[in-house]
Amino acid sequence: MIDRALKIDKYIRIILLIFALSSLLFLFLIFIFILIEGLPLFFKVGVKNIVLGYKWAPTKGHFGIFPMIVSSFLVTFGALIVGGPIGLACATYLAEYAGKKRKLFLKPALELLAGIPSVVYGFLGVIYIVPIIRETLGGSGFSLLTSSIILGIMILPTVISITYDSLMSVPKSYREGALAMGATKWQTIWRVVIPTAKSGIMAGFILGMGRAIGETMAVIMVAGNALKIPSSLLDPLRTLTSNIALELAYATGEHRKALFSTGVVLLIIIMILNYLANFVFRKKVIK
Amino acid sequence: MKKIIFFLLILTVFSCQSKSNDHLNKHSVTIAGSTSVMPFTEKLAEYFMIGNPTFVVNVQAGGSTAGIQATINKTVAIGMSSRELKEDEKILKEIPICYDGIAIVVNPKNPINNLSLKEVQDIFSGKIRNWKDLGWIDRNIDAVTREEGSGTRGAFEELVMKKTEISDAIMVQDSNGSVKEMVVTDPYAIGYISLGMVDNKVKALAIDNHPPTIENIKNKSYKIVRPFLYLINGDPSDDAKKFINYVLSKEGQQILKKEGLIPVND
Repeated sequence: MIDRALKIDKYIRIILLIFALSSLLFLFLIFIFILIEGLPLFFKVGVKNIVLGYKWAPTKGHFGIFPMIVSSFLVTFGALIVGGPIGLACATYLAEYAGKKRKLFLKPALELLAGIPSVVYGFLGVIYIVPIIRETLGGSGFSLLTSSIILGIMILPTVISITYDSLMSVPKSYREGALAMGATKWQTIWRVVIPTAKSGIMAGFILGMGRAIGETMAVIMVAGNALKIPSSLLDPLRTLTSNIALELAYATGEHRKALFSTGVVLLIIIMILNYLANFVFRKKVIK
Repeated sequence: MKKIIFFLLILTVFSCQSKSNDHLNKHSVTIAGSTSVMPFTEKLAEYFMIGNPTFVVNVQAGGSTAGIQATINKTVAIGMSSRELKEDEKILKEIPICYDGIAIVVNPKNPINNLSLKEVQDIFSGKIRNWKDLGWIDRNIDAVTREEGSGTRGAFEELVMKKTEISDAIMVQDSNGSVKEMVVTDPYAIGYISLGMVDNKVKALAIDNHPPTIENIKNKSYKIVRPFLYLINGDPSDDAKKFINYVLSKEGQQILKKEGLIPVND
């Protein structure tokens, strides 16, 4: 009997290991797939002509995605400018000020915010934010500003949850020490808690950036998708992700390959962001 | 245990067989291609299958280019295209089933009713950027085009833009529906959509004083018109022929007319 139980135990371990590895396998397969589809064009046209090329007309042999790379970063920083301070403020309130009851109400609300599908954000943007910006500030309303606002809201859950965790991991003794020396609560937070949690907060911001740069649907709906690099906050723009989603439906041959090349660039950017986030996070642990 | 599995296996094999036998008794036609033509083909297929219950017509989207490729590879019986064939695609036989006008649309609040073809070209190439230059208020034009690869864009480039290119600063949307939505909500927008999609929420402009009506398209005074084509590779199967004949029949053409398209046999 015991033998049998032990045997099952061993099998379960192996089965679980296989499942655990399968997620790694999917990542690997996606990687290989994108590279196989996307890399040939880099060799054919040249990395420079794709990454630094200004003109995108894939059916006529121009594959430049430089404007989209710039636009992706612009909209990502825009989202960070909108979502960063709000996220930090919200996490600080949750970690330092909110009582148990308020926390019980606020945290699920934030999780709900994370669960809302991106189409809904995009739809709200098109229906409310776009007309408001068009009427008050001018332009078509489909713009860098609109996308930044929408994405800023969308990255809030990511920024808040990671920032909150890192604020909570600051030892209680730090706060007690500061308070005992006569600092006010705000002085304690601003001078002690936030500086201590700095690397965690940075990691939260970077992961928020990863979320923003990868967002597709909501951006397509509010960004206007023009190919030019925006010269003002009110100009439309096209990000790397929207480029893929917009054109995939009809793309064939080299056009399709070019979209996968866009995917390769996006993959590299996201890998760098994730690496950065891990890097600042690990630094904190070593400390 | 093993016996049960064996039995189940046998059962599945048999059930599969009987299913495929059923399938053989039915006539089936697969059609794929242009997303502009697809909704109308689906409608036609619906009516056709009511009259011919043994027929199954599969209609798939994928774009004109994909449809043409699939017809060349013989993976589908009939291809759909909303653009003319290129030189190397001419091995296929084109069957025009109807014509579709492309309407230049603006918001109903816009007082402009007429533009010249050249003015439309200049708006989309970025030469004219302000409504003031066209005799309205001092406000930037929010022009919107379709994405690269779309059949409607292809036809627009060919019929309106000719040798010039659509400017990079023009906004892009990925369907007739979203272009229309943008024009409906933005008073300063201008875009182009399939004539069949025009309703009273948008205003279709006259081009060189010829409004996009069915008469004007028939007498060729409205110039922005593209054919909807069915494509066949070699001799079509009897089933495919039967469906094509239905589409070209009076009944089929009447259905297309009701959808706002211009029939070929009239």
